[in-house]
Amino acid sequence: MSRTPRTLVGGAPTATYVLRFDGRELTAQAGQSIAAVLWGAGILAWRTTREGGAPRGAFCGIGSCYDCLVTVNGRPNQRACLVPARPGDRVTTQEGTGHAELGV
Amino acid sequence: MPSSASDAAAPDLAVVGAGPAGLAAAVTAAGLGLRVVLLDAGERPGGQYYRHPAPGLGADRPEALHHGWAAFASREAGLRAHVEAGRITYLPGHHVWTVVPGGGGVWTLHAVAGPEEEAATLHARAVLLATGSYERQLPFPGWTLPGVVGAGGAQAMLKGGLVLPGERVVVAGSGPLLLAVAGSLAAAGARVPAVVEAAGYSGYAGHVPALLRNPGKLAEAATYGSALLHRHVRLLTRHAVTEAHGTGRVEAVTVARLDRDWRPVPGTARRIPCDAVAVGHGLVPQLELATGLGCATRSSADGTAALVLDAEQRTSVPGIWSAGETGGIGGAQLALLEGEIAAHAIAAHAAAGRAGGPAPAALVRRRARLRAFAEAMGAAHRPGDGWTGWLRDDTDVCRCEEVPAGRIREAVADLGARDARTVKLLTRCGMGWCQGRMCGPAVAALAGESAAASPGGAPDRRPLSCPVPLRHLAELPPADG
Ligand code: FES
Repeated sequence: MSRTPRTLVGGAPTATYVLRFDGRELTAQAGQSIAAVLWGAGILAWRTTREGGAPRGAFCGIGSCYDCLVTVNGRPNQRACLVPARPGDRVTTQEGTGHAELGV
Repeated sequence: MPSSASDAAAPDLAVVGAGPAGLAAAVTAAGLGLRVVLLDAGERPGGQYYRHPAPGLGADRPEALHHGWAAFASREAGLRAHVEAGRITYLPGHHVWTVVPGGGGVWTLHAVAGPEEEAATLHARAVLLATGSYERQLPFPGWTLPGVVGAGGAQAMLKGGLVLPGERVVVAGSGPLLLAVAGSLAAAGARVPAVVEAAGYSGYAGHVPALLRNPGKLAEAATYGSALLHRHVRLLTRHAVTEAHGTGRVEAVTVARLDRDWRPVPGTARRIPCDAVAVGHGLVPQLELATGLGCATRSSADGTAALVLDAEQRTSVPGIWSAGETGGIGGAQLALLEGEIAAHAIAAHAAAGRAGGPAPAALVRRRARLRAFAEAMGAAHRPGDGWTGWLRDDTDVCRCEEVPAGRIREAVADLGARDARTVKLLTRCGMGWCQGRMCGPAVAALAGESAAASPGGAPDRRPLSCPVPLRHLAELPPADG
C-alpha cells in the first residue's frame, strides 16, 4: 500500500463535500483550504498573471506571497491557501486582476 | 469583541503571534498573574511551526507530522485553561497591522479580524511581538512555474491540509529546514529524488564548539539524515537547482554544482525529472510591526536583519518586547525559551505585588547555547554572492509585478540605482501584492546591497504589515496617525 499524508496521520475527515472548480466537481475534506482541495486533485495552477498571462497557484502556502489568488463564489482576489473550502463553493480560474467580469 | 477597552482596563500584555514564542509567552505570563491578550492571524494556535490539520480533517496522529509535539500540546492545554479562567483573551483570525502609542503608557493595536475583515482595536500596557518569519527565496529560471513551491509552503500545505504538490518532489535551497521538509514529504508518501543544498556542511566546521554544546540539535539532524537515507533520498551539498523546466507545470530541474561563492560550475549541470520542487533559502524575520515602531535592528550571521534585543528580550523601544525568530532565526526550541524569558521579564516589570522575577537561570543558559548554535548555522547557510549567476535576464525576480532580472540589472547599470529602494521605484519590483516579501532579498543582492554593505542590516520597510481595507484607515482617529 502506498503511503499518503492520510496514512501518516490516521483518522478520517468529519465530512467530505463537493465544490466546483471551473465547472469540474472536486471533493473537499472538512477543514481543507481551497488550495489544499486543488492540490489534492492534482491542480497546481488557478490564475493567470496580469502581464504575461502565466499560470500560477500556491507558492508560500501561508498567505504571504499572494500568488494563489482565486475567484470564489464570484469574489476575486481571495488567497486560496487561507480560505477554507465550503460545501458548494464555486471556484473559478482568475485571469489578470480578476475584475474582468466587473466592468471596472 | 473586546475592542474598546478603556485605558484603565487595558490588559497588562498584548502578545502578537501564537507560534512557539508567543504561545509560550502568553501562557507563562498568565501563569505569573498578568492579564494577557493573545492575537494571532491564524485560526489555531501553533504558528507555522506547529501548523496542524483543522479539526474537521480528523487526524488521529497530528504529532506524526511534528518534532517536539509535546512541547506544543502542553502550551495549548495551558492556553485553554487560562482562557477559561479569564486570564487570557485569545483572538485567532486577527491580523495586527499596526501598533501605536496610545498615551498614558498604553499601546493601541489595530487588527483586521476574520473573513469579513472587520476592524478591531485593542489596548495593552506592554506588547510582545512574536511575529516569526517567512521564507527567503532566491529566484531561478522557471521558479514561477506551477509545481515550484516554497519548501515551507509545501510543509505548511502538508501539515495543514494533508496534501502534496506532486509525487516526485525535489527539495532545494539551503538551511536545516530542507532536511525536515524532505523528511516529512517522504514520510507522507512523496518520492524525493534529491535534497539539493547550496551550502557545504563543512561550513559547520568552524563552529564546532557551538555544535558540541548542542547535542540535541545534532541528534535531530541525524534523525532526519538517517530517515532520508532509509528512504534513499540523495543529499547533494554545494549544489543548486539552477532552472526548472516544463510547460504549464514542472517536469524536470537542472541541478549544478556550486563554487564557494555559490556560482554554478560550468559543465556540472544535470537534469533530474520531477513534478514538483520545494525550494527555500532559510527564513527572514518578519519585522514590519517592530520597524514601524522604530525598534532598532542588527545584521544576523545569515544575512538577514533581526531586532536588537537585550537580555530580557526588550526591543530598543520601551514597552515593546520581542521573542523568537524576530530576534534572529533560531528555531522553535529557542522561540519557546525566549517567550518564557520575556514573560518573566514583563511580569517583573509590571506593577509590583505580582509573581515574576528574573527568568530562571537555566532558561537563560539554554538560550545562550541555542543562540550560538543558530548563529553558526546561519553563517554556514548564508547565500554566497555568486547565486545571481544562475539568473537569466528574462528570469522574473518579482513574481507579483513580473519584473525580470534584466530590467533590474538595467536599473543598476544604466540608471545608477544603488539600493533596493531605488530599484523598486524604477522597476516596480517589490511593489505588488506581497510587498517584496518574495523578491526583497534577491532585489537587494542585484542592487549590490550585499548584506555586509547594508548598514545595520536595514530591513525592508513596509508601511503596513498586511493589506488593510481602506475604510479602516479612513476610520482611524487622527491621534493615531
Ligand atoms: S500561497 Fe502564498 S498567499 Fe497563498
